[in-house]
Amino acid sequence: MSTATLDLPPAVPAESRVTYLNATTGIKSWLLTKDHKRIGLLYLATITLMFMIGGLAAFFMRLQLIEPQGALVEPETYNKLFSIHGIIMVFFFLVPSIPATLGNFLIPLMIGARDVAFPKLNLLSWYVFVTGCLLALIAIFSGGVDTGWTFYTPYSSTYSHSAVTWMAMGIFVAGFSSILTGLNFLVTIHKMRAPGMTWFRLPLFIWSMYATSVIFILGTPVIAITLFLLALERTLHVGIFDPALGGDPLLFQHMFWFYSHPAVYIMILPGMGVISELITAFSRKKIFGYSFVAFSSIAIAVISFIVWGHHMFVTGQSVYAGLIFSVLSFLVAIPSAVKVFNWTATLYKGSISYEAPMLYALGFIGLFTMGGLTGLFLASLAVDVHLNGTYFVIAHFHYIMVGGAVMAYLGGIHFWWPKITGRLYPDMWARIAAALIFLGFNLTFFPQFVLGYLGMPRRYAVYPPEFQVLNVLSSAGASILAVGYAIPLIYLFWSIRYGPIAPQNPWGAKGLEWEAAPTPPPTENFDVMPVVTEDAYNYQPLKGAHHSV
Amino acid sequence: MLMTVLTQTGLHEIAALFPIQPPAASTIAGGVDQLYYFLTGITLFFTVLIFSIIFYFMIKYRRRAPDEVPPETHAPLALELAWTLIPSAICVVIFFWASYLYVRNSRPPAASSEIFVIGKQWMWHIQHPEGPREINELHVPVNQPIEVTITSQDVIHGFYIPAFRVKKDALPGRYTSIWFEATKVGTYHLYCTEYCGTDHSHMIGWVYVMPQSDYAAWLAGGEQNESMSKAGEHLFGVLGCSSCHTAGGDGPPLQGIYGQTEKFADGSTHVVDDTLIRQAIIQPDSVQLPNYKNVMPTFKGQLDEEQMLQLVAYVKSLGPQERKNGQ
Repeated sequence: MSTATLDLPPAVPAESRVTYLNATTGIKSWLLTKDHKRIGLLYLATITLMFMIGGLAAFFMRLQLIEPQGALVEPETYNKLFSIHGIIMVFFFLVPSIPATLGNFLIPLMIGARDVAFPKLNLLSWYVFVTGCLLALIAIFSGGVDTGWTFYTPYSSTYSHSAVTWMAMGIFVAGFSSILTGLNFLVTIHKMRAPGMTWFRLPLFIWSMYATSVIFILGTPVIAITLFLLALERTLHVGIFDPALGGDPLLFQHMFWFYSHPAVYIMILPGMGVISELITAFSRKKIFGYSFVAFSSIAIAVISFIVWGHHMFVTGQSVYAGLIFSVLSFLVAIPSAVKVFNWTATLYKGSISYEAPMLYALGFIGLFTMGGLTGLFLASLAVDVHLNGTYFVIAHFHYIMVGGAVMAYLGGIHFWWPKITGRLYPDMWARIAAALIFLGFNLTFFPQFVLGYLGMPRRYAVYPPEFQVLNVLSSAGASILAVGYAIPLIYLFWSIRYGPIAPQNPWGAKGLEWEAAPTPPPTENFDVMPVVTEDAYNYQPLKGAHHSV
Repeated sequence: MLMTVLTQTGLHEIAALFPIQPPAASTIAGGVDQLYYFLTGITLFFTVLIFSIIFYFMIKYRRRAPDEVPPETHAPLALELAWTLIPSAICVVIFFWASYLYVRNSRPPAASSEIFVIGKQWMWHIQHPEGPREINELHVPVNQPIEVTITSQDVIHGFYIPAFRVKKDALPGRYTSIWFEATKVGTYHLYCTEYCGTDHSHMIGWVYVMPQSDYAAWLAGGEQNESMSKAGEHLFGVLGCSSCHTAGGDGPPLQGIYGQTEKFADGSTHVVDDTLIRQAIIQPDSVQLPNYKNVMPTFKGQLDEEQMLQLVAYVKSLGPQERKNGQ
């Protein structure tokens, strides 16, 4: 292989070089790979399938809600649809989404390493995840689950007649993949940074992956224990949560949210990391307030562990506990606000261009701002009493999870797609899809804020007729959103075979993954191991788009 | 002229199609709504601010040449501190405002009358102390504070009256409570907001707020049940409670015990309230009084929640009259 790869002209066909994609061939070479990049792609394929299952469930839900008396199915089926939608999207798509795909692919490339610290463990974590997915699919096809993604006891442990134990096992097993991935990332970031890559030269994506990994390791065991206890009560009638067996139903909620609130940040922190990369690359600016953005990730990860009680303001929790969880919930809003202001200020005096990834990034800032601000309503005790359990909550967390996390995920996929595949996709289609997703998203979820304030409870298969107009608007938005999601699926697949060959650094972005690694990278990532001599996002003076340091 | 009429009709219809505010029919609804609109204002302000700045920068700083090099900018500490501290200050204001309302709304006035609610898959059982029982309907008098004691027969339910801005989960094996004072005569939705199984979305009903005289007539009319305490007294005899809980019996006499602070055999002290009486019936050994032998059998599984509430009401009726409220 040529040692002069770094200075090759942009349009060298990938086929003529040895890359991680063509170094070895055949199904076996993928299923037994220890290459972090290939493992990232295995995850990408897996979670895309899971996203489609979760999305299909949402599609049927929105169809059902077009009519107040329910347009499609019986309540029993609707209950299974929203449970499957929530469980699949949270545990089998959003939690692994950015860390397992982009994180796996990019962490070694960004810090200048040949692979993650434990490549075999990395492959094992994918198999563990797939096992979890299969258990979840068994649960779905053996009758489904009707508990909602929150599995509240004693309904889930004693009363539900659905495949709760299978699903709990699926989440339990998939959780170990999170723990192993988190462990791998932490060790990699600590021990495998290239010479000169000091902590404060790390791209902010790495900081966010670090914070996410900490939550993976500390939080995931708790959900595993909780679901294990649930399965124990369900199968062996050990009294833990059901008061009829001497248990405490609220204990389950404390344990569930002790993981599941930090899990919200597992889903959004990686997105914040992606946005920091996109905003800087497309405005050619150093991030505004690097250390504020970096430490706000850590602050979020820490505070996220002590706010779980805000899910329980109306459970009869003491007034004083409510006050403490309320003030802590306001506290966790501050670092998020700091990030939004710093991203916006990064644009100041920049050189801004509007390729598709940037559209996603700007969309993220707007939607995340709205999602974050509506969180203040729910942290406010007296207002939460009214809004808790209504569509307001649904709208709020979809602004964070879909408007935030999914927009960032798609922005990241579009940004690094040329790096991953060595191909370009049609930018015009990508921009159209981004705009459709933004519009469709707002039309779907904005009416739900109003529905919630009007008092429409969540998880209703049928509803009072006065809520119909807003529900029809929401369903209309969902159909636009579905088209928006389908378009990238088509052109990204198309581009793998027919897309123009990507230059090494199509966006002129900074970072080792663009400047020091060929596109697509070889199995060992770098032909010459990089040495880092400058801060992240040093766009001054701008070097040639494909020229490396 | 015709146009105006048409437009007005049109607007009226549109307003009917797009309600943006639920009816506000309790003393606490106004306060909650004020804070809600304040929060909406904050949200609008910052959303518009961020969107405007982004759009302004997008246009002003658009890339004009492919090899353009933007000037370097630095993040002044003052700016970072400003956008950390200003949102913090706003959050402090919201926190105190919301908490003030919450604490106030969680303490029922001393003059409250009582109603009891039992959630059960998939209906609401409502029991008035005077005797009447209802399912999925709740009749209440206007301008009268009412404390609602809530429990569940099976899974967790959520008792929610949007027009009153009140909600509390109904927990199996435990009593929770809310209070409200309706301010407008009318009919309002009652929902279950905690997912409870197949017919969760059918676990809904209506709240009828009536003028006080109508309410009195309603209580007097209809089917005549025993009052809750009378029914409890009946149970007290049938279950054999009365054979021990008398002066000189094996169990403590219950006259006047409700609302007292008692010291228990394990050294703890508790106020004898609804929850404690329920616990004494289910798990007598956990609230053993000193000077009495641990001989009471458990009644766990023998009583439904309605009977439990009737027994509690009977013990309560044995005095003293002043009830402990809120705390």
